[in-house]
Amino acid sequence: MKVFVHKDKCVGAGQCMVAAPEVFDQNPEDGVVILLQANPLPELHANVREAAWLCPAVAIEIESD
Amino acid sequence: MLSQVVVVGGSAAGLSAVETLRREGYDGPIALIGDEVHLPYDRPPLSKQILKGVWESTRLALRPSSALNALEVEWLLNRRAESLDMQQRVVRLSNGCECQFDGLIIATGVTPRRLAAGHELANVHTLRSLEDAAKLREGLLNSRSVVIVGAGFLGAEVAAAAREMGRDVVLVDPLAAPMVRQLGAYVGSRFADLHREKGVSVRCGVGVQAMLGRNGTVSEVVLSDGSAVPADLVLVAIGSVPATDWLAGSGLPLTNGVDCDEFCQAAPGVVAAGDVASWLDPELGRVRVEHRMNATEQGIAAARTLLGRREPFRPVPYFWSDQFTIKLQAYGSTGADLRFHPVQVDGKNRFSGVYESSGRVVGALAWNMAKEARTLRTLVVERAPIDSVAGIHPPQVSATG
Repeated sequence: MKVFVHKDKCVGAGQCMVAAPEVFDQNPEDGVVILLQANPLPELHANVREAAWLCPAVAIEIESD
Repeated sequence: MLSQVVVVGGSAAGLSAVETLRREGYDGPIALIGDEVHLPYDRPPLSKQILKGVWESTRLALRPSSALNALEVEWLLNRRAESLDMQQRVVRLSNGCECQFDGLIIATGVTPRRLAAGHELANVHTLRSLEDAAKLREGLLNSRSVVIVGAGFLGAEVAAAAREMGRDVVLVDPLAAPMVRQLGAYVGSRFADLHREKGVSVRCGVGVQAMLGRNGTVSEVVLSDGSAVPADLVLVAIGSVPATDWLAGSGLPLTNGVDCDEFCQAAPGVVAAGDVASWLDPELGRVRVEHRMNATEQGIAAARTLLGRREPFRPVPYFWSDQFTIKLQAYGSTGADLRFHPVQVDGKNRFSGVYESSGRVVGALAWNMAKEARTLRTLVVERAPIDSVAGIHPPQVSATG
């Protein structure tokens, strides 16, 4: 799985951080997403998918292997 | 066993519900009725990036078409649901077609409120759809004097966008400051300061008495204090009404949008989600919010209830607003009836705080301190006693000092 984040779409909701804290963090100033791992391990995939569908700004893109 | 699902409403909540149905194993037919021509798109950027011309409208699509195709939904777009027959289990469309269901998801959203008169004048706008935003942008580009009626989220965001586009902007609201109803007096006074610093004429404590025109186009707004403001363009942003007219006579309870129980259910086999849907919270009573995040979360909950996976819907509401250089993030309840306690104050441009009810934290807000909002969210979830919050200031109603 490859994960992409669109920082210009991100509105700082932070739902991704709650769903998959190993993969997503937030810039403390503007709350914009920080991608911690672009190729998360399989055990994190379900959480990352949840983060993607929860994101209100459609800022997370997933490419499955 | 669910075998024929109809979704009325083709925006964020309807999409979220459909995706949840598929994700959780429902393989049967889904017909989605939407009264717009577009596939599901995102509304928050309409008052910001779209208005300012920073984004093309194609960036609003909530999913790429490949993802929408994979959902295997019958998309009945540009069609209006006219009535619901609960006996026949049928939704009737304006074109005469009937959609049979055994599971129904109502996600028809809200429509903008209008003033009693004046909307027949050219260049008087409301904002909900992509078409509204395109017309509003065109109007703004061709106007000098802009009057925004209503200083809630939408009005304040459009005022900021119009000001950034170089227009003369007057922001009118009967309450004491912008965003007061939503965020209380302290944060409201910060918004008033912000807009004034950026050159918006903030006229609070007054309402609109009349909109006057010349040759069929708006030219002036008369305020309730008798003063007249020149207006080449007016945006009326005075709130919204849940889109439930089509449900009159259906038998569904409609005291606050579609009235749902704590599981987002309005009647057996009927659930609702998003701006249109109110639900029962054990602490707050009947709640309805018009936040983008709620559409996603409630869509998920409503779909699960329809599938028989009933869990009480107890979200922590999240919303945000971007105005000028300010990014505001908020969780929980933040209304004017609550006490606001600043927690961190870093000059004029960065602060955070919590909202208190009966000695407990029920809401949190951050102004250019987004990650701090996430931290304070935990206090909201826990309903932390206000005295336990480290570094907390006494309640404030004004930003002076």
